[in-house]
Amino acid sequence: MNRPATAPDTHDTDIARTRLTSALAKTWKTPPGFWGALTTVDHKIIGRRYIFTAFVFLALGGVLAALMRLQLAQPEARLIGPDRYNQIFTMHGANMMFLFAVPVMEAVAVYLVPLMVGTRNIAFPRLNAFSYWIYLAGGALLWTAFALDMGPDVGWFAYVPLSGPQYGAGKRADIWAQMITFTELSALAIAVELVVTIFKQRAPGMTLDRIPVFVWAMLVTSFLVIMAMPAVMIASTGLILDRLVGTHFYNPAEGGDVLLWQHLFWFFGHPEVYIIFLPAAGMVSTMIEPFARRPAFGYLGLVMALIATGILAFGLWVHHMFVAGLPRLGDSFFTASSMAIAVPAGIQMFCWLATLWDGRPVFKTPLLFIMGFIVTFVIGGLTGVMVASVPFDTQVHDTYFVVAHFHYVLIGGAVFPLLGAVHYWFPKLTGRMMSETLGRWSFWLIIVGFNATFFPMHILGLEGMPRRIYTYQPDLPWHGLNVFVSLSSIVLTIGFLLFFINVFRSARFGEVAPDNPWDAPTLEWATTSPPPSYNFPRIPVVGSLHPLWDDRDTLPVADGLRTDRRELIVTTLASAGPQAREASPRNSIWPLLAAVATTIMLIWSIFSPWAVVWGSIPIAVALIGWFWPKGTPEDES
Amino acid sequence: MREKIVLDLGRLPLHGMGTGSVTWWGTLAFMLIEGTGFALSIAVYLYLMSLATVWPINAPRPDLLPGTLVTLILGISLVPNLLISRWAEQQDLRKVQIGMVIMSIFGIVPLIVRIFEFPALRVSWDSNAYGSVVWILLGLHTTHIITDLVDTLVLAVLMFTRHGPNRRRFGDVQDNAMYWNFVVATWLPIYGCIYWLVRL
Repeated sequence: MNRPATAPDTHDTDIARTRLTSALAKTWKTPPGFWGALTTVDHKIIGRRYIFTAFVFLALGGVLAALMRLQLAQPEARLIGPDRYNQIFTMHGANMMFLFAVPVMEAVAVYLVPLMVGTRNIAFPRLNAFSYWIYLAGGALLWTAFALDMGPDVGWFAYVPLSGPQYGAGKRADIWAQMITFTELSALAIAVELVVTIFKQRAPGMTLDRIPVFVWAMLVTSFLVIMAMPAVMIASTGLILDRLVGTHFYNPAEGGDVLLWQHLFWFFGHPEVYIIFLPAAGMVSTMIEPFARRPAFGYLGLVMALIATGILAFGLWVHHMFVAGLPRLGDSFFTASSMAIAVPAGIQMFCWLATLWDGRPVFKTPLLFIMGFIVTFVIGGLTGVMVASVPFDTQVHDTYFVVAHFHYVLIGGAVFPLLGAVHYWFPKLTGRMMSETLGRWSFWLIIVGFNATFFPMHILGLEGMPRRIYTYQPDLPWHGLNVFVSLSSIVLTIGFLLFFINVFRSARFGEVAPDNPWDAPTLEWATTSPPPSYNFPRIPVVGSLHPLWDDRDTLPVADGLRTDRRELIVTTLASAGPQAREASPRNSIWPLLAAVATTIMLIWSIFSPWAVVWGSIPIAVALIGWFWPKGTPEDES
Repeated sequence: MREKIVLDLGRLPLHGMGTGSVTWWGTLAFMLIEGTGFALSIAVYLYLMSLATVWPINAPRPDLLPGTLVTLILGISLVPNLLISRWAEQQDLRKVQIGMVIMSIFGIVPLIVRIFEFPALRVSWDSNAYGSVVWILLGLHTTHIITDLVDTLVLAVLMFTRHGPNRRRFGDVQDNAMYWNFVVATWLPIYGCIYWLVRL
C-alpha cells in the first residue's frame, strides 16, 4: 500500500547542488519539440503562451478600434457599412473584455503566482493546460466567425430581444453566447487553480500577512470569477436555449422577461470590471515597492480595500440599468453602493501616494506607467461617481460620455498597470531587460495619445453623440472633435507599436538580466531569470513580507524533497506550516484531447441540442484518460 | 543568492488527506461554482414567479410522486455515503470496494426515477417561461447526478485494480463522497422550489 518513502540518495539533502539541479531538471522538464509543446503542464510555459495570445487579441481588437476611428473621422463616411460596423464594435468589445482583459490578468497570475508564493507549479497544472486550449478555441471561434461575416452584431452585452430568436437571425448571437462559454470555462478553471495554489501551496512561513499584495489581489479576483461568471454562463445558456429549442426565458409574451437578461448579465458584468481592475491594483502595489524603494504604505489597508471592493462589486449591477425603468428606491440603493466603492479605491490610491511621498522614487518605465495609471484612473473614477447618479446617467446613458468613462477606467485602470507590469516582469520571463528609451517613448506616446483620444469623447457624449452609431450627419456639431479623436488615436497606435517593437527587440537583443534587476523584495526574484522548470532548486522559507530585503545575499530554504518525482509542499491555510510533500502531475496530452472534445461539443451545440448528448461521450473518455493513474512515482502516497 | 537550509521537509507524508489535499480544496472550489450556479437558477425561478400573475403559468401543478421518490432515495443514499467516507478514512479496501458498488447503484436508481420526473412536471420547456425554468432546474440537477455517477463508476472500477490500494485513491473516494453530499444538498432547495412553492 504505502510504499516506503525513498532510497536515501533521492533526497536532496544528500546530493550536491549541481546534481540536485540536474535531477530536478530531468524530472520537471518539458521536452523540446512539438509534442512537448502540446503536452506541457509547466505554468510558466502556459502562462507565457496565455499572455502572448491575449496580446495578439489586444492587437486585433486595436485594429478594429482603428477601423472605427477611420469611419467616424468624417460624417456620412462610406468606408464601413452599418452591418459590418455592428459586427466591428461588438467584436471590439467582446474581444477586449473576454479574450484580452480578463485572460491577460489571469495569465500573468498563472505565470507569477506560483513563483511569488514559492512553489514549483500551479495547483492542477493539467487543468491549467486545458484552460489555455479552451481559451484559444473560444478566441478562434469568435474570430473565424467574424472572418466569415458571421461575427456577433448585438453589442458586447448582447441585450435581448435584439439577440433573441425574433430579431437575431442566423447564428451570430449564438457565436457570441458560445464564446462566453469557452472563455468563462477557461477563466473559472484558472480561478480554481489560483485559489488552491494561494491557499495551499505557499512556501513554509508565508502566513496570511506575508502574502504579496498582487497574490492577495489574485485571490480576491479568483473568488469574484467563481461567484460572478456562473451568472453569465446561465444567461448565455438561456439565450442559446431560447434560440435553439424554443424556451421562453426572455420572451415576455410567454411569461419571460427581457430585463432578466440585463440582471443576469450585469450581476456578472459589474464584478467583471473588478476582475480586471483588482489584479492591476495588485500589480501596482507590488511594483511600487522597488521603485519607491520602501515597503508599500498600509499593507493591511491595501489588502482590506481589495476584499471590500470584491464584496461591494456584487452590489452595484443595477447602475448599468438606471434607464430600464426599475423602482426608484432600488435606483437609490445602487447609487449609494456605486459611490461607496470609491472608498476602497481611494484608500488604495492614498496608500500608493503615501508610498511614493515617503519613498525615494526611481522613475523607470514601470513607475511611469504607475503614475499614468494614478492620474488616468482617478479621472475615470470621478466620471464613475458622476454616472452613479441617476439624473446624470439618464442624460449620458449610451452616449460617448460612457465610452470615455469606461475606457478611462479599463485602459487607465488596467492596461497602464499591465504595460508597466510587462516592463517590470519581462526580465524574469525572458532573461533580458526591455529598452528604457523605447519604454519612455512608448509611455509618453500612449499617455498623450490616450488622453487626446478619449477625453474629447466626454464632450461628444455631453453633446449627445450616441455610442455605436456607424456614422453621423454633417449638420451635427460632432465633426471637429471626431477628427481630433481619430488623429489622436494614431498617436496612441504608434505608442502601442513602439511597445510591441520594444518587446520583440528586447526579447532578442535586450541586455541580459540578472536574477533581481530591480532589487525587488518578492520571491519570484530569488530564482534565475528566466526560472528553471522547477522554479526553485530548494523551496524558500519565508520570514517576512519582504523576504529578499531581509537578507540580500542569503535565502533561507527547506530541503528534504524528492527529486525523482514532481514534488511540492502543501502548507496550512493560515500559518503556512508544512503539511505534506504532494505530487504534481506530469506532462500529458489528455488536457488537449479533452479540450478538443469540449470544443467540438460546444460548437456543435450551436446547431443541434443533441450535441450535448453525443458530444459528451468523447469528453468523458478524455477525462477518464486524464485522471486514470499512470503508475508514475507521482502516484505514490 | 546563497541558500541557507533552515528546514527539513523529508519526514512529511507523500500525500495529504482531507484539508491537507489540494484535490479536497479543488472539489470545494468547484462546489462553490456549481452552488452559485444553482442559487442563480433558483433566483431566476423566483424572479419569473414574482412577475407572473398566475404561477404556474397555464399548467397544472407538477406531480409530487417521482420527485419525492428521488428525494427519498437521495436521502437514504447519504447513509452508505457517510459510511464509505469513513471506510476510506480507515483505508479499508474491501469495505470501500463494496461501498463504491452500492454508491454506483445509488447513482443509477435516482436517474431511472428521474426519467419519470420530467413528464411529471406536466409542462413542456417550450410552453412558457415557467416550463423553461423548471426544465432547466431539473436538467441542471440531472447533469449533476450524471457527472457524479460517471466519477463514481470510474472510481469504483479503479478501486478493483492495482491502483486501488493507495492513500491517494482513498482520498479520491472521500472527495467523491463529499461531492455526493453536495449533489443531495443542492437537490433539496430545487425540490422545494419545483414542487412546494407552487403549493403554498
